[in-house]
Amino acid sequence: MAFLLKGVHAVDPQLNLDKVVDVLIDGKTIAKVADDIEKSDGDEVIDGSGKYLVPGLVDMHVHFRDPGFEYKETIESGARAATHGGFSDVATMPNTDPVTDTGTGVRYQVDRAHAANLCHVRPIGALTRGQKGEALAEIGDMVMEGAAAFSDDGHGVQSAGMMRTCMDYVSQFDRVAIAHCEDESLTTHGVINEGKASTRLGMFGWPALGEELEIYRDIELVRLTGCPLHIAHISTRKGLELVKAAKADGLPVTCEVTPHHIFLNEDDITDAYNTNLKMNPPLRTPDDMAALRKGILDGSIDCLVTDHAPHAQHEKDCEWEIAFFGTIGLETSLPLMLTKLVSTGEMSWSRLVEVMAVNPRRVLRLKPVTIEAGSKADLTLIDPGKTIEVTPDYIESKSKNSAFIGETLTGVATDVFVDGRRTLADGVVQA
Amino acid sequence: MLSVKHLIDTYSLTADDITQILDTAAAFESVNNARVIKKVPALRGRTIVNLFLEPSTRTKSSFELAEKRLSADSISMGGSTSSVVKGESLADTIQTIDAMNVDMFVCRARLAGTPQKITENTDAIVINAGDGKHQHPTQAMLDLYTIRKHFGHLDGLKVAIVGDLAHSRVCGSLAPALKTMGAEVTLVGPPTFQVDDPDWFGCPQTSSLDEVIDSVDVVYMLRVQLERMEGAAIPSRREYNRLYGLDMRRVDRMKDNAIICHPGPMNRGMEINADVADCARSRILDQVNAGVLTRMAEMYLLLGGDQNGISA
Repeated sequence: MAFLLKGVHAVDPQLNLDKVVDVLIDGKTIAKVADDIEKSDGDEVIDGSGKYLVPGLVDMHVHFRDPGFEYKETIESGARAATHGGFSDVATMPNTDPVTDTGTGVRYQVDRAHAANLCHVRPIGALTRGQKGEALAEIGDMVMEGAAAFSDDGHGVQSAGMMRTCMDYVSQFDRVAIAHCEDESLTTHGVINEGKASTRLGMFGWPALGEELEIYRDIELVRLTGCPLHIAHISTRKGLELVKAAKADGLPVTCEVTPHHIFLNEDDITDAYNTNLKMNPPLRTPDDMAALRKGILDGSIDCLVTDHAPHAQHEKDCEWEIAFFGTIGLETSLPLMLTKLVSTGEMSWSRLVEVMAVNPRRVLRLKPVTIEAGSKADLTLIDPGKTIEVTPDYIESKSKNSAFIGETLTGVATDVFVDGRRTLADGVVQA
Repeated sequence: MLSVKHLIDTYSLTADDITQILDTAAAFESVNNARVIKKVPALRGRTIVNLFLEPSTRTKSSFELAEKRLSADSISMGGSTSSVVKGESLADTIQTIDAMNVDMFVCRARLAGTPQKITENTDAIVINAGDGKHQHPTQAMLDLYTIRKHFGHLDGLKVAIVGDLAHSRVCGSLAPALKTMGAEVTLVGPPTFQVDDPDWFGCPQTSSLDEVIDSVDVVYMLRVQLERMEGAAIPSRREYNRLYGLDMRRVDRMKDNAIICHPGPMNRGMEINADVADCARSRILDQVNAGVLTRMAEMYLLLGGDQNGISA
């Protein structure tokens, strides 16, 4: 099956490509990129006029809850949501039940993803057995079964000594350790940012220092162990400054931010106690939000991720203090970036592609995808003018706990190609 | 008429709302405090559900008596009889009771935001009888009533709120209400009990009771929740009493006309010494009495009564 994409505006900062071209996909690869390609027999022509073609988007931080919490999401439903959101690749966090801490667990996810036959699913293995922070997980076994990175996401590794051991051990493989930074002795009962929000709404605060202290610790452990480190869902100005300083020192440190931390802050949590705004780390101050937004624009933040965290209705339709942490994000991430940063002129298309496709692949040690002949045909086609309403009906994910329900957004993926297969066609998931 | 449909917090109340509540409560003084037949027909035929999801003695009995004195039909549920304890969600509990057609919920809860959540699941009017560490507006109204009754006014008064500020819904609702009425508030407590963001309250915060004791009109002692001593927020009862407890030595330094309040229940010998609790400056039992009056006023006003409509 060959697809001929006519008149697409291709953007690929890896090639300094930013112009209207025709692209021929043949089998699993891009066969040709040229100003004008003649249709051959058997080619399916897709009119790309007015649309942007970019390397397939990658969300390197999602929770698919499978195995263990299939009532929230499965690999199959998560892959549908990812495809609907324009992603060709996702990396799944290991806080499943059982925890994904063995090669068998990694293999299970890979097999399920093959059965779903939509996006690539890149499992992230646990750093410690059961994510308990006590003993090394079988990291080498997981590497051999296809784990893309290692993290105890959901928890910080509380002991500095244990984190040192993890990073020492990971450093023998070409993989990064991803740190969820949370010192639980500081964040104990916290359910909301410590400061104005915790005071106003009368709940225990989750202080910024609880995150920043572990960012500092883990950066120093990079100096000691040499293990490349990626800071998950950074949420404070000071945390970002620590990462910038580490980069300036030449350390192999990268970081990511979520759409909710660059588009929402603690002031958005009103007396309505909307539990879809309860996250870990929590929404921070307007000043933190501004710093993170600047960071994603100026290159100091490497990746945009959603931390897609599905929860069932009954786990969110309750009092804030007992509601589960997290928001889904796969189906609003690209539309939010296009609506709030690209269409306003603050972010270039090239920068968007860097944070949503190029950099996540590099952090996950995946082969680059480029818009040129011979590259793997993992591609996303985007209509910047199409408007969506974020409603429960729009969402393919099994759970509807979006912090952005009710928003009207402009700019959305219409087509996704994975290994040359069209997994999203005119906005419809091809199951 | 009040400017709010529900009584959830004090920072949504205007000075006019608060004045209406206090004036209406004053009009109930004769019913509650002077008559043999302590009852008016003001809320006859109206149905009120007291949903007490966390233990309460004084607030619950205060509401129940206020309801009886207004002739409302009321039931009380909670504790071990609550289906919430059996694992039912709050939304289901409220929708179930709502289906029986009630006019008002009075809710006490362990979790902040519970009363707001109730409003999303019923058309009935909701009164917050204390939600977690968030708000306790009916406590604030009875406090204001007690203070106003003593001084004749609220504006210009200086009030020190002393103790476990960060974990106190009493502080959270009293401080904004006092400010709305033109009083000056100082928050006093050990740093481990101070609020995360004093700027939000717009009040100065200090760790020295001795610095403020001789300049304030009202010393409002908060209850220290003993369970919070775990985790070492304070080292001991003894040390707390020495640094922050109200003893006669400190009482003697108070202004001539100054008064002492406490929301109860008291830890005698910790935040307040026994002789202080029972001294002439203490308004602690007056607060309890005002609780019935102000709760009558709040229910009466929220259920559609107006100040002129009060008649025996």
